[in-house]
Amino acid sequence: MVPFNILVLVCLVYVGLLFLVAFLVERRAQARALPWLRSPLIYTLSLSIFCTAWTFYGAVGYAVRSGWEFMTIYLGPTLVFVGWWWVLRKLVRIGKTQRITSIADLISSRYGKSNLLGVIVTLISVVAATPYIALQLQSVTLSFAVFASTTADGGPVPDKASTALWVAVGLALFTVLFGTRNLDANERHHGVVIAIAVEAVVKLVALVAVGVFVVWGLADGPADILAKIDASRLSAWDLQPGRWAGLIFLSAAAVLCLPRMFQVMVVENVDERHLATASWAFPLYLFLMCLFVLPIAVTGLNLLPPGTNPDLFVLTLPLAQGQGGLAMLAFLGGFSSATSMVIVASIALATMVSNHIVMPMWLSLHPAQAVSGDVRRIVLLSRRLSIAGVVALGYAYFRLSGGSSALAAIGLISFVGAAQILPAMLGGIFWRGATRVGAVAGLLIGAGVWAYSLYLPSFGPDAVISGRLIAEGPWGIGWLRPQALFGVEGMDPLVHAMFWSLVLNATAFFVGSILTFPSPVERVQGAAFVNVFDGEVTAGNWVRGAATAEDLLVLSQRILGEDEALGFFEAEAKAQGKVGLLPDPTPGFVGALERRLSGSVGAATAHAMISQSVGGAAVSVEDLMAVANETAQIMEYSARLEAQSEELTRTARQLQQVNEKLTQLSVQKDSFLSQISHELRTPMTSIRAFSEILMEGDMPPEMARRHATIIHDEAIRLTRLLDDLLSLSVLENGTVQLTLGLVSLQDMIDRALVAAAQTRPERSFTVHRDMVSEALYVTTDADRLTQVFINLISNARKYCAAPDPELRIAVRQRGGRVMVDVIDNGRGIPEDSQALIFEKFARLTDETRAGGAGLGLAICREVMMALGGTVTYLPGQGGTAFRVTFPLRLQKAA
Amino acid sequence: MKRPGLPLFLQRRPYRRRRKIDAARLLPVFGAFLLLLPMLWAPTEDKARGTVHDGLYLFLVWAGLIAVARLLAPSLTAEEQPDGDEGNR
Repeated sequence: MVPFNILVLVCLVYVGLLFLVAFLVERRAQARALPWLRSPLIYTLSLSIFCTAWTFYGAVGYAVRSGWEFMTIYLGPTLVFVGWWWVLRKLVRIGKTQRITSIADLISSRYGKSNLLGVIVTLISVVAATPYIALQLQSVTLSFAVFASTTADGGPVPDKASTALWVAVGLALFTVLFGTRNLDANERHHGVVIAIAVEAVVKLVALVAVGVFVVWGLADGPADILAKIDASRLSAWDLQPGRWAGLIFLSAAAVLCLPRMFQVMVVENVDERHLATASWAFPLYLFLMCLFVLPIAVTGLNLLPPGTNPDLFVLTLPLAQGQGGLAMLAFLGGFSSATSMVIVASIALATMVSNHIVMPMWLSLHPAQAVSGDVRRIVLLSRRLSIAGVVALGYAYFRLSGGSSALAAIGLISFVGAAQILPAMLGGIFWRGATRVGAVAGLLIGAGVWAYSLYLPSFGPDAVISGRLIAEGPWGIGWLRPQALFGVEGMDPLVHAMFWSLVLNATAFFVGSILTFPSPVERVQGAAFVNVFDGEVTAGNWVRGAATAEDLLVLSQRILGEDEALGFFEAEAKAQGKVGLLPDPTPGFVGALERRLSGSVGAATAHAMISQSVGGAAVSVEDLMAVANETAQIMEYSARLEAQSEELTRTARQLQQVNEKLTQLSVQKDSFLSQISHELRTPMTSIRAFSEILMEGDMPPEMARRHATIIHDEAIRLTRLLDDLLSLSVLENGTVQLTLGLVSLQDMIDRALVAAAQTRPERSFTVHRDMVSEALYVTTDADRLTQVFINLISNARKYCAAPDPELRIAVRQRGGRVMVDVIDNGRGIPEDSQALIFEKFARLTDETRAGGAGLGLAICREVMMALGGTVTYLPGQGGTAFRVTFPLRLQKAA
Repeated sequence: MKRPGLPLFLQRRPYRRRRKIDAARLLPVFGAFLLLLPMLWAPTEDKARGTVHDGLYLFLVWAGLIAVARLLAPSLTAEEQPDGDEGNR
């Protein structure tokens, strides 16, 4: 036992030390000479404000009551930190890029800088944190009561209420001094962070020291302690699956959503890489804090008299063993845990209260000050008052609740309250579809359910809510009972409240989001938050400056063109009564200019450009969206133009192709005419010559007969030529009449062979045929197809130079098409001539002995085209080969 | 979302980094599973849950998570690439 006044002195010296550290650090921070402050170690230690007096004292009490369940509070944060790549990394990056100052600022900023959301989150946070702050005051007060003794020289120990009051006042003072010394743009408090890091070390060392004392001092090492646990009433524990999973989830949510955790994790973060270190170092810290909890609990149960408050075993155990120094260390550890939590929580809450509630109210009351006055002083004042207010609320709660309930219960109620922010937060950073309405609905419903089913009943029956309402529901409606909502009975009240509040919260958030349409600002912010890793999505800085008429002239010249702009300016200058080109940039002139420009670039763009130059009115996101809309319209218009011009290009290309074809046709016609006159002249010449000889008479009759025979032969040749020409022209004009019918392919080939045998009948061909494959019935014009076969076979008979000529006819059917190959064993056709053979009058040799005019293949080609097929030269068959392809069933053209 | 202009396949070093990021993403999932596992252990009929046994298991899992996170942390911050943070190649 230590005299009370000495204890107070120790506390004051300790706080003075922290004060000194914080002060020195602030000094150095201003000199920008703080490399070691930016170390990941400091960051990790500052995170330890998660472990409050609730951890330091309460964990042991919790362990005595529920075994390992106390660990869930630290396992959740471990999972969050080990999985930092998912959420924490994104939160920190968003906090940096968007200059987030608190969790309320994060939510408000994400949902279109809505102040309503900022107010809601602030209120939830304050309401949820108040019992937690009360908890810290309570633990400090309890530890004072246990530790201090009434001695003659030390004076009497004051009652709990006044101890708590003095602690509260002292903490508020310390926080005001360091939390609001200056108004940093980033809301960073280097001094406070260092002080918290020091306190983190103190509380860890204190708890580990007590643990080591228990394990190696009071017991014979770990094995002995384990044996003692097995022997004690703690040897068996009851794991309630609902609470186990629920509390792990809850603590994970709380570490993300508690305002003070957000403050040290995101706002005070100086370097993103520190998060990687904290990802394992902070779980390690929690691990060490938990390691000795159960040994202390079991030793306390064994050694201390029954009825001792297990929440204070950490302090009373060394005290009972006469270890005054260790007890003092433990006391300071608990003191550190409580003070650091209150300091950071009140800074975080005060920032939120002042930024989202006090300042907006003050500015709406004094609108003039927003433009002209120095707001800094007001902000600082409101911060200080808010800190005092938050601590005062905690004190009030402490007085009202009487400080009796177990520490753990209060902490968990506070956690569930803070967790209501989780859906809006996670939805905000991962889902672009989340909207303001959804967030407001979710937060309000979640907070309402939390307050109704957990917070208000926690004051006890008949305190706020009557016991009858808890037992029977409002107006006797059973399914509205606070602890059995919708008839779900038998659930643990905490898990029940957490389950329903978060489920309804998330549902309202989701439904509200998908049913509403976000405002432009919300959508911009949503994209900036969700895609924070895809590079900057900021609007960019508008360069502001007072516009001179010259600037405006330059601007409008770019848009209107030089002459027009100069003319406009000159006219305006004249209207103002000035000589020269530059009028004064009066509002009237600027307005006129804007209207003029908007005719060229659209109203929104013109407004944006002018306001950028003039610098008077800021460009709002709505303006930018309007610009974007105009641009979209212009783009659509230009896309239409592009499509039109593409179509024109296509038409032009088609015309060009047609023109080329016409030119080719004209050339072909010319060459055809010269060919035909040549072909006609040759027989005519011989007919004329021989008929002249005949006219002279006086010749032997057999000679005359021979001449007449020649004349007759040539006349026949002429006739045949004319026939061919006629049929070709008919075919080419497409005026051919087809007579379709079902005919046997075999018959056609038979007829063709017989007819073609008249050509050079002196040659005997060996013909190879496959009768089976020829047994096909096709729908086509039999006469014309037979003509094609005749032509091809005659050609073979005419030109095949082999001594033992052979002819092979192969028939194949592929799908709906029939292929007939006519192949001889001749020389074949050289490759460079293959393209020519189907042209009119194309003959490979000059020999006209067969009397052909070179129209046969051209006719074949035209006929096959009319029959919906083709005739092609087939190379690589060891002779001249042609393939005729035609459809099995020719449909009559419509 | 597919971003044009990025290579489909990566060199050895960025590839390794991507896989470590995958590991860092999966670690909390495994951790959650292992920490929830005690819920499935039914206490044996004659006696209740063993505090010592369960405690050793929980602290072991916890230490394992810390160790793996410790192994993964340095390489994740080593070279922060501007492009492919969210990529999944």
